[in-house]
Amino acid sequence: MKGYAGKFLRVNLSTGEMKTESLSEEWARKFLGGYGFVASTLYNEIPEGTDPLSPENVLCLWTGPVAGTIIPVSSKYIMGALSPATGFIGFGIASGGVGSELKAAGFDGIVISGKAPSPSYLYIQNGHAELRDASNLWGKSTWDTEEMIREELSDDEIRVSSIGPAGELLSCLANVTNDRNRQVGRSGMGAVMGSKNLKAIAIRGTGDVEVANLDELLEFCKDLYKRCRGPATEKYRVYGTPANVLVHNRLGCLPSYNFQKGTFEQAEAVSGETMLATMVKKIVACPACPIACDHINVVKEGPWTGTVASMDYESLELLGPNCGVADLNAITKAVELCDKLGVDTISAGVTISWAMEAYEKGLLTKDDCDGLDLRFGNGEALVEAVERLCLREGKLGQLIADGCARAAEKLGKDSYKFAMVNKKLEWGAYSLRSLQTATLGFATSVRGACYLRSGSYQVDVKGTVDRYHLDKSRGKIVYDGENLYAIIDSLIICKFTRGIYKDNDELAKVIRLVTGFDVSAKEMIKTGERIHNQAKLFNVRFGARREHDYPPPRAFEERMYDDVNDGAIILKEEYDEALSGYYKARRWNKEGIPTKALLEELDLDTSLGV
Amino acid sequence: MMEAKRIIVCDTDKCTGCEICEYICSIIKDKKINWSKSRIRHIRIEPTFDIALSCRKCENPLCIKACPRDAISEQPDGSIKIDKDKCNGCGWCIEACNFGALKLDWDKKVVFACDFCSDLDQPKCVEICPFEALEFTTLDQVGHEAGKKAFKRIIEELS
Ligand code: SF4
Ligand code: SF4
Repeated sequence: MKGYAGKFLRVNLSTGEMKTESLSEEWARKFLGGYGFVASTLYNEIPEGTDPLSPENVLCLWTGPVAGTIIPVSSKYIMGALSPATGFIGFGIASGGVGSELKAAGFDGIVISGKAPSPSYLYIQNGHAELRDASNLWGKSTWDTEEMIREELSDDEIRVSSIGPAGELLSCLANVTNDRNRQVGRSGMGAVMGSKNLKAIAIRGTGDVEVANLDELLEFCKDLYKRCRGPATEKYRVYGTPANVLVHNRLGCLPSYNFQKGTFEQAEAVSGETMLATMVKKIVACPACPIACDHINVVKEGPWTGTVASMDYESLELLGPNCGVADLNAITKAVELCDKLGVDTISAGVTISWAMEAYEKGLLTKDDCDGLDLRFGNGEALVEAVERLCLREGKLGQLIADGCARAAEKLGKDSYKFAMVNKKLEWGAYSLRSLQTATLGFATSVRGACYLRSGSYQVDVKGTVDRYHLDKSRGKIVYDGENLYAIIDSLIICKFTRGIYKDNDELAKVIRLVTGFDVSAKEMIKTGERIHNQAKLFNVRFGARREHDYPPPRAFEERMYDDVNDGAIILKEEYDEALSGYYKARRWNKEGIPTKALLEELDLDTSLGV
Repeated sequence: MMEAKRIIVCDTDKCTGCEICEYICSIIKDKKINWSKSRIRHIRIEPTFDIALSCRKCENPLCIKACPRDAISEQPDGSIKIDKDKCNGCGWCIEACNFGALKLDWDKKVVFACDFCSDLDQPKCVEICPFEALEFTTLDQVGHEAGKKAFKRIIEELS
């Protein structure tokens, strides 16, 4: 089998037992890699009723067939498990060099169960694996952990995925970090590692990565690299993803003040343009990436001088405008804290903006906030609050460490109404009421509040639909997006490269050149549909129904007024209709459960179908 | 007079650390993807420094001096050539080189270094680097360009 290493590692942390299993070609053809492998592994191995933070939860790390090849931005990996944040499927995709390194070390993936008796880390080197003592690493930041492991093993080229203190403290917001700035961010995979006493996974590989047709792949990639330097990616190359700040502000979809508004009066001060002129020290790329979107900010003055953080749109937006903060130094510090201590910046931003709103509404007192003046716009309080959140420190830290949905449960007083979540996961940086197709896509996503599963915001932003209203036709748009994105996430390639492929057949060509599987575009999309349904079935097993596919109450109950929007709101009946349209496109029933006929057609287990 | 030596120079501001040069090198030289066998090596010093390094064609190559078996010789273009039959993989040359330009092939147990793709117009990594960070040039030209840059700055400041 080409493209794949053909093997994966199975680790039982409770017993210390490890074995290498071969990857079946039939399974690879059926689920492709990455997201597909995660969905299938979790569905096959995690029974109903499993506690996400128990040893019975299964944590898996997979690459796709393109990892380690020269396909643009292909060095990615995915980690998945039952999510402690949502109670449904949890996963996150990270760039950096871990995915390619694992492939060169001879494995397509790692499937981990049990719980280590004491803090440990897994070290994989060219086909061998061992569990090593991590007691000296426990409590250390992700950045220190990477360095300490490289020092301990005297090898600078080891790639490390690790958790920070937040993961050890089992925070639902805890992420996994590799290469300092790359994260398996959403849905609490860091807490799952922490619950297993697994501080890090360290990988070193020097083997060959084989593909089906190297000569043709090289020629094709030379062309793709050129396209990657063209207009499709230009704004990300120059400004990074923060290029979107001013674009979204103009469209009235830049969330501010905990999603109360869709514009921010100080947007200019936190724009990608300002950031590039004042903060960016270096632009860096992940392995095999001809785009380089990663903008490294360095704080040059004030109390946080010397702070370094890689800044992307979501982090900047949600810890910035959405908290009313326009100070790039404070935002950079907040991101650095999240990265080092191991917390997802999206969830942290939305959780703190929730706390700020609660504070301004008088539901949280200054005393509840450990003396912090937690009003919107207070950058210093933001930085303090982030640290408390990450370390579960003080009254405030205890309240918000597991995200705003759980904080609202504790606080009561209707504060859930402005907890901007879906499936208990914090919403991405896109206004709900002024991007309604996006809202449908986010709310129906299997991971919860997810902007990465279908690209449903694109039709809104491009103006191909009326973004202030919904109708049943939007379901098909989300459906098409999800099926394609399931392939992108299974290969796994970067979503920024989606625009460089002329059509789906060129994407299928990637599969053909790398794996040698003779797949057509149509078959590829069918595989995407299969993968998505497999993930959905996992959620159905854990009780996902129609009620879980709605945006938070603010979308339906409050009108949005700002410089662009004049009373934008989502009409409940329109949303219901669009949701039904989505289920219909998916061939799911009214509760969002796949039909047996569909599952049979997709060659999936039919036992949970209707 | 000998033609001026051309080496691979990396602009550290432009280099992003994408490591595509490493991937490409292994494909051209070994007909497979294996960046650990690349003749050019990307190095990152966190958080913001990147460089891609290969053989510098030293005037007085320490690698040649270090080899106890005389396995390394200098080519007319200044690059070095390793006699695979003489090399026994002891790695003294690797220690001697100030730039980490030599590597040991663990399978074949011999060292290898950049030959600047002498069969092509220019090294393939230079051609393909998506960020145009690499240049195949002479040190004279590097100096000339540095001078030009400095002079341009002065002109701009004066006008
Ligand atoms: S290909 Fe160019 S940018 Fe990428 S690491 Fe090599 S020299 Fe640097
Ligand atoms: S291998 Fe190292 S020591 Fe030998 S010529 Fe090249 S740079 Fe100089």
